[in-house]
Amino acid sequence: MIHTRGLARRFRVRKEVVEAVRGLDIDVGEGELVAFLGPNGAGKSTSLRMLTTLLPPTAGTAVVAGCDVVADPAGTRRRIGYIGQGHGAGEQFVVRDELITQGRCYGMSGAESRTRAAELLDSLDLAEQAGRTAGTLSGGQRRRLDIALGLVHRPRLLFLDEPSTGLDPQNRANLWRHILRLRAESGTTIFLTTHYLEEADSMAERVMVIDHGRVIADDTPQQLKADLAGDVITLTTGTGPEAARAGGVAERFASGPAVTVEGTTVRARVRQGDAVLPELLRTLDGEGVKALTADLRRPTLDDVFLNLTGRSLREGDAEGAAA
Amino acid sequence: MNLVTATGIVFARQVRPELRSPLGLVLTMMEPLVFLVFFGPLLAGLPGVGAGSPWQWFVPGILVMLALFGASGAGYTMITELATGSFERMMVTPLNRAAIMIGHTMKHILILLAQAALIVLVVMPFGFRLHPAGVAAGLLLLVTLGVGLGSLSLALAIAARRQPALFWSVQQFALFPLLLLSGVLLPMENAPSWLAVAAQFNPLRYVVEATRSLFAGDLLHPSVPPGLLAAAAIAALGVVLGTLAMRRASL
Repeated sequence: MIHTRGLARRFRVRKEVVEAVRGLDIDVGEGELVAFLGPNGAGKSTSLRMLTTLLPPTAGTAVVAGCDVVADPAGTRRRIGYIGQGHGAGEQFVVRDELITQGRCYGMSGAESRTRAAELLDSLDLAEQAGRTAGTLSGGQRRRLDIALGLVHRPRLLFLDEPSTGLDPQNRANLWRHILRLRAESGTTIFLTTHYLEEADSMAERVMVIDHGRVIADDTPQQLKADLAGDVITLTTGTGPEAARAGGVAERFASGPAVTVEGTTVRARVRQGDAVLPELLRTLDGEGVKALTADLRRPTLDDVFLNLTGRSLREGDAEGAAA
Repeated sequence: MNLVTATGIVFARQVRPELRSPLGLVLTMMEPLVFLVFFGPLLAGLPGVGAGSPWQWFVPGILVMLALFGASGAGYTMITELATGSFERMMVTPLNRAAIMIGHTMKHILILLAQAALIVLVVMPFGFRLHPAGVAAGLLLLVTLGVGLGSLSLALAIAARRQPALFWSVQQFALFPLLLLSGVLLPMENAPSWLAVAAQFNPLRYVVEATRSLFAGDLLHPSVPPGLLAAAAIAALGVVLGTLAMRRASL
């Protein structure tokens, strides 16, 4: 569905050259649900704009839904849906009218567009708002209208740029229910950008981590976490010497030099911590070391990002650099 | 999808909100009447206005002014579309780029034509002589001008998308010299020579002269070709700059 080779974009800001995206080689197959994860300014939106023909690349190639984005932008546009960061519907335009116009923009007849608009209004729970202007909708309703606008022509490939930014948790969950249902019903390939770790973790089947315009990791969230972070087991014992002995035992289970002992606390980085923990406790019992508490922490994608770049994704988020 | 259908889709979208709450439209329609009633009477007997009814001289000028004000504001709707994301949404559809531009401008052209019809109807009982062929040719000239000015306005809106206030500053800055040096409100014949020379460099000046000749029914008047040329040049420049702006809008 998406194949890029060396896709790059540089901007000239005053006299400085900014390399926003530096050589993207990605392949996304039919039906995948891929999240592009990275801090603000990592090149997520720039990449998405190139893939959706909104921005010409300065180098490289991209074939999207079977069309080259540079040689055949119109063909690409016909085959893809795009839901940007902003709101697609104009404030003073009537919800139903905007959906009908959108259908007409994709070459559907008036009657066809009206039928499709009614269908989408129903399926996205907007039927009651159909006669209102978009400016009067709530944040969640407006976002659902954006989604509806992107789906009018039943694209096989859907791009979403930060779809849930600015939504409260309830509306975010609601939005995802609609996206996942769409995918279950029509097998649409979905490519989205996000800087919400939990979103990428729980929703995407494949996560591409992007930083400074480059993809630095690309796998399932589970595999990324297992390969690049690992689980952490924390034990406490009654005394320091006991903790040292427990550390020695934990060494046998840990992956690499990943055990630290501080006072009565032992920390061990392991693979598949859920399986290791009971085994570790049994071994400690057998050797007469009494663990007082045992805790298992599964890694997050933030740990993955931290291990890859030495920076936390959350810190970058707080700085709020321009996208 | 051909260019006409595509333009029609964009145009219909732009017009619908206006028709839904027509108050703005009504006020826009009334605007030229204010000039006719409160300014027109001051022209009677003024040298340079011509021997006949002053309406014969004033109405074409008013229409050029309306084209200037209406079309140069076309970018305003684009500014909001750029800010919210609906422009981007249109740009991802297969819709032709030129159609998006012309469709936006068409709304203002249609308003201009409606205003022209209203003005002519109002001044007819007061000595305005209607030359249908001339008026038709004159309106065609104004539509050409409007397409050009509207496209320039959209190009300006895209160029100023990161600081929308700049759009109005530039628009106003350009608007008044163009208006005052065009001879729309008062005859340039009464101008001191330096002002008359400055007016020679204003393309609108030629459009105004040509529109006056056409509305007087004089289709072969020597002022007509320069006016046509000026309007066509503005239109060509506008469409080229507008299309370039659309294509290069790396949003």
